[in-house]
Amino acid sequence: MDNILEVLKFINNLMAFVFDEIGKFITGLLGKGPGTELVLMILAAIGLITFGAVTMMALTWFERKIVARIQDRIGPNQAGPFGLMLPLADGVKMLTKEDITPANADRWVYLIAPIMIAAFAMTSLAVIPFAPRVAGVNLDIGAFFYIAIGSGSTIAILMAGWGSNNKYSLLGAFRTVAQLVGYEVPMLLNVLPVIMLSGSMSLFDIIAKQTDAPGGFGLPFILFLPVSALVFLISGIAEVGRSPFDLMEAESEIVAGFHVEYSGMKFALFMMGEYVNAAVVSIMFSTFFLGGFAGPIFIPPYVWFLAKAFSIFFIFMWLRGTLPRVRVDQLVNLNWKFFVPLSIINIIVVMVMSKLFVTFPAQPGLFVVSPLVYMAIMLVSGLGLLGLALTLASRSARRERLAIAQEAAEHRVANQAFATAQTGK
Amino acid sequence: MDSSTTPPIGAITTENAQLDVTLEQLKKLVSPRAFTGETMLLNMGPQHPSTHGVLRLLLELDGETVISCVPDIGFLHTGIEKTHEGKTYLKGVPLTDRTDYLAPMINNLAYCGAIEKLMGIEVPLRAQYIRVILAELTRMNSHLVWLGTHALDIGAMSMFLYCMREREDLLDVFELVSGARMMSSYFRPGGLWRDVPPAFFDLVKKVLDVFPARIIEYERLLKENPLWKERTIGVGVISKADALAFGMSGPSLRGSGVNYDVRKAFPYSSYDHFDFNVPLGSNGDVYDRYRCRLDEFPQSLRIIKQALDRLPEGPVMTDDRKIAPPPKHEIGTSMEALIHHFKLWTEGFSGPNADVYFAVESGKGEYGVYVHGDGGPKPRRLHFRAPSLCNLQALPRMAKGALIADLVGIVGSIDIVLGEVDR
Repeated sequence: MDNILEVLKFINNLMAFVFDEIGKFITGLLGKGPGTELVLMILAAIGLITFGAVTMMALTWFERKIVARIQDRIGPNQAGPFGLMLPLADGVKMLTKEDITPANADRWVYLIAPIMIAAFAMTSLAVIPFAPRVAGVNLDIGAFFYIAIGSGSTIAILMAGWGSNNKYSLLGAFRTVAQLVGYEVPMLLNVLPVIMLSGSMSLFDIIAKQTDAPGGFGLPFILFLPVSALVFLISGIAEVGRSPFDLMEAESEIVAGFHVEYSGMKFALFMMGEYVNAAVVSIMFSTFFLGGFAGPIFIPPYVWFLAKAFSIFFIFMWLRGTLPRVRVDQLVNLNWKFFVPLSIINIIVVMVMSKLFVTFPAQPGLFVVSPLVYMAIMLVSGLGLLGLALTLASRSARRERLAIAQEAAEHRVANQAFATAQTGK
Repeated sequence: MDSSTTPPIGAITTENAQLDVTLEQLKKLVSPRAFTGETMLLNMGPQHPSTHGVLRLLLELDGETVISCVPDIGFLHTGIEKTHEGKTYLKGVPLTDRTDYLAPMINNLAYCGAIEKLMGIEVPLRAQYIRVILAELTRMNSHLVWLGTHALDIGAMSMFLYCMREREDLLDVFELVSGARMMSSYFRPGGLWRDVPPAFFDLVKKVLDVFPARIIEYERLLKENPLWKERTIGVGVISKADALAFGMSGPSLRGSGVNYDVRKAFPYSSYDHFDFNVPLGSNGDVYDRYRCRLDEFPQSLRIIKQALDRLPEGPVMTDDRKIAPPPKHEIGTSMEALIHHFKLWTEGFSGPNADVYFAVESGKGEYGVYVHGDGGPKPRRLHFRAPSLCNLQALPRMAKGALIADLVGIVGSIDIVLGEVDR
């Protein structure tokens, strides 16, 4: 029995072990010093970029297959078994395509934009906790770093839209600014409750708080913060510009939006940036609200990590296969009139609750309760808030609908008057 | 050079004069703000994913709001009407498939109906019923493509694939009867090319069985979908008066609450033998037009079911040998049949010196054929009253003040086929 546990522990720590050994080997080879640190950093960066590229390839295949099943199609099945080689074929195609720069484009801005978007996406991979002790860099402010880097892609998309010197690109860039800058706010506001509960911005600490580790609740935060989880997920989808919020590249409206002029490898970089961003949002959701790589011991942490991230990504694909696109005014209304107020009230509720109830006597608070009771209190208050907000929103929506119906009724009266006048003639 | 054809020096040639007028007109198409750079002129199409073919729109935009919208038609000019003048009445049938290529059988019906009216031929009842069945299947085909592309324009991607899947069943029926999936050319002046094969009834019954459930599926996806309703209700409103003034017809007109359907108003091909309702909207917005078209599916199914149940036995071609080709077996034995055959395939049949107009209700609206015969075997002039063209004229009115995202929804909701706009 003990042996089995030992083996399991070894498998669980395999990734950390391998990376430690590589680190030791290189340190042994070059000796300790800043040069060695640099080499190790470069190796880690290469590893992360590889992870990003492979994730992108896997996700494109996964998405095509899933959306195809939703749409009653087979999906990719020609390149390799189950079409698995399709991302490679895509890569070859992208590489061999002609690289076009429009005559009137702002050359440097046009050139730098795709590099920037891919670079920002890859940079946000740096803080992702893959497994215990495995991350590009263990920052104390990992959550903050992710939010900060995430806004970078807005600038890159704006540059692409402006630099292409194309009216459709420009429209895409307009929409991007309205959308991405707006949805930063609820996203940030809903990471705050997570930070408040875990008391740290380090992603490892956030995960540890959701496990049985000393000081942890032993339950994922989605049960404590249902409002935050929901709003974070939806604004995350909007933040990476996926359907139904894919306004900045809505092909039926503004052709392809900001990347309409891009071809070949530059286009591939945009795609890579987009998919890596989407993957990072799913990973961050699983880190903040689902406990990241943590899970029962008999499944290795990196499997948990991938399983959680992919299930979140599956929700993205599901929405893409089902919903129509929202309009730009509706998108902005949803953000500023619903998500932002709801998030702020949610923060206040969480703040009050976490001061009223605590799980450890050492903490300042009025009542000391067990984590389970704490969870129940938070869940009930969160769901209550959500129910209240939805009731209010649907009430105001009903008022708006009534106003539209009123207008339509006036139309009908006018129509009937017209018809009577016609027949009277 | 003959002095009478050379214009005097300094005179404005007709070419230049026309150009000047056109430029002035062009300047009036957009608001003066466009010349100061305050608003943006955007050329939408003809290579744009949601212009349903090759529609080109000149948009004047203030941010994303459409200030003015000018459809520029003519990119798909095929000269079909002109070509008709060089074809005998019989040879004209395949050309009609190419106008509204999503509803070939209905176009065939309109054309053959016009020729029959010109020649004064009575079509056998069996042929009329089969024509009705096929015309209703074609209407469903047309509406399916409309629903798919309309939903795709608004962003519901899966709908397109579902509609294409169902369309296969219909195309199978067309292929069975005519040998072609899209350009069927199955109807002939006087009846049908040939009787339907026995397998036809099984295929149509399959469609009747499968479709009701599928329509419920579509409704579940879109009808009460809040996002879909948000995107379509109150968008692209056109009043009854405006719709009539623009000469709109079909579901686009009925969405505004005008009860006009050629099948009811001027029944043709025994449509008065069948029970069916004409769905009406009230607000004249994108959602009401969508409802009108979607509600036509069950009505089409109803008509098909009745026609199938009551389908009489008998010939499917008129027995007028001046128009209908003789059966193959008679050609070997009958001198008269041989002469008829020879005459029909060389010079065709000659029509009277008369004008006729015959209209049918196509998926898009009133599809009319105007034939001006000059007594010979070919029409002197043939004109199609294309519903897409008339409905398109209302687009600038509906698009005024809308967002670009609304505009694509509106273009989708009037259901245009550019092959029909530019005949």
